Amino acid sequence: MIDVSGLQLRAVFIQALRSFFIGRGYLEVDTPLRIPAPAPELHIQPFASEDWYLQTSPELCMKRLLAAGIPKIFQICKCFRKGERGGRHLPEFTMLEWYAAGRNYLDLMDDCEALLRFVGQALGRGSVLKVGGGQLDLAGSWERLSVAEAFARYAPRSVDEALADDMFDEDMVVHIEPHLGRACPTFLYDYPAPLGALARRKKSDSTLAERFELYINGLELANGFSELTDPIEQRRRFEKDLEGMAARGLKPGPMPESFLRDLPAMPEAAGIALGVDRLAMIFADGAEIDRVVAFVPEEL
Amino acid sequence: MFSASDFRKGLKVQIDGDPYIMTDFEFSKPGKGQALYRCRLRNLITGNAFERTFRSNDKLEKAALEERTMQYLYAQGDEYVFMDNTSYEQLEIAKAQLGNDVYFLMDNMDVEVLLFNGRPIGVTLPNFVNLVVTQADPWVKGDTSGSDTKPVTVETGFVLQVPPFVEEGDKIQIDTRTGQYVTRVKE
Repeated sequence: MIDVSGLQLRAVFIQALRSFFIGRGYLEVDTPLRIPAPAPELHIQPFASEDWYLQTSPELCMKRLLAAGIPKIFQICKCFRKGERGGRHLPEFTMLEWYAAGRNYLDLMDDCEALLRFVGQALGRGSVLKVGGGQLDLAGSWERLSVAEAFARYAPRSVDEALADDMFDEDMVVHIEPHLGRACPTFLYDYPAPLGALARRKKSDSTLAERFELYINGLELANGFSELTDPIEQRRRFEKDLEGMAARGLKPGPMPESFLRDLPAMPEAAGIALGVDRLAMIFADGAEIDRVVAFVPEEL
Repeated sequence: MFSASDFRKGLKVQIDGDPYIMTDFEFSKPGKGQALYRCRLRNLITGNAFERTFRSNDKLEKAALEERTMQYLYAQGDEYVFMDNTSYEQLEIAKAQLGNDVYFLMDNMDVEVLLFNGRPIGVTLPNFVNLVVTQADPWVKGDTSGSDTKPVTVETGFVLQVPPFVEEGDKIQIDTRTGQYVTRVKE
């Protein structure tokens, strides 16, 4: 059923997202949805379109634009991921991504805080978000919790034990995520290095990736990181994921050669992907994803 | 077999030889992680429930469940006898298993019987039944005690709260799912 108020809210807030980035000197870009090779990621399955693919994220094309010398870019576009459907997932969804040269993942956290406060103002909500029966304060300082701390605080084992037992994802979903972003939004940061396929390793601790996720009301909203700029390391990581796919009986896709070719020209940068439908859910008081899009696949 | 991508609310599956219904289902995928299927399952025989998280390569067996329309014939001690409307085959269901439903069974009533491996494990009654009130305190007009309802007993022995104007001999409609009074039936 079409929820008109949900769609109106969505329209206003997408305009607010645009105003925010345009006001800060970002160039809006519009890269192709249909590409020859998405970034190989073990747990993300692309839809094939003839012998190419629908993008799972605009990440690779946007980084090529950074490499071409454009320092600040953003894009609001559709992404497609096979087999993802639930109260918080659609196989076709809307993503906001932004990339900036000379910045790191900590700067992106600051961007997130400023962006959500801006959107809250644009929607006339002020700085207090009412969601899921609780209240979140966007104005104060947001929680910054490392992955290791989150496991120590909420999970039945340490992050190292979870990785060794192959229970990282389960612990995250069952024990950790429900606690995140309750009184204020939470940045969960410093992921184990193997869980940041395109992220730069932390200089002070190479077992960690400079990657974070933003959570509000237990819902994962955005994934950002300091970008890996080393083409040899990047190729090695892609190869590992492609091997992992083959080991699971999945058809490994092609290597994104044009991206790897351009990567040496890319400056130090940080980039982030934020689920637009997810953010709309938060501003629609924690509604299911079905309520904030015009149609879901089952209605088509 | 159901693979994890088939999981949904209401799915009936079999685990360790027992039938279960999936009462809650949530698709999860923690940032860049694998797809996880969080499920709550209720044992259709014992009623016990538990939560389990499945991965995309996990599978669950389909429960060997069958629903048949049967007619209630009579009770023999604590055994209630039902007959299959097409095969005329008869089977007995224990009173304990029927719970409160025994109060709403009328001779020759059609019900849906849920069978697991040929064994009856549940009965779905029509949503509403009409029963005669066999015992009720008289309604004192002008009663100012302020109570909105009074207890009455119906022909099957079931006791429920009804509005004060319901009298002995009245036929009333009861919702079999909640056991609550719906309306007085004029005949």
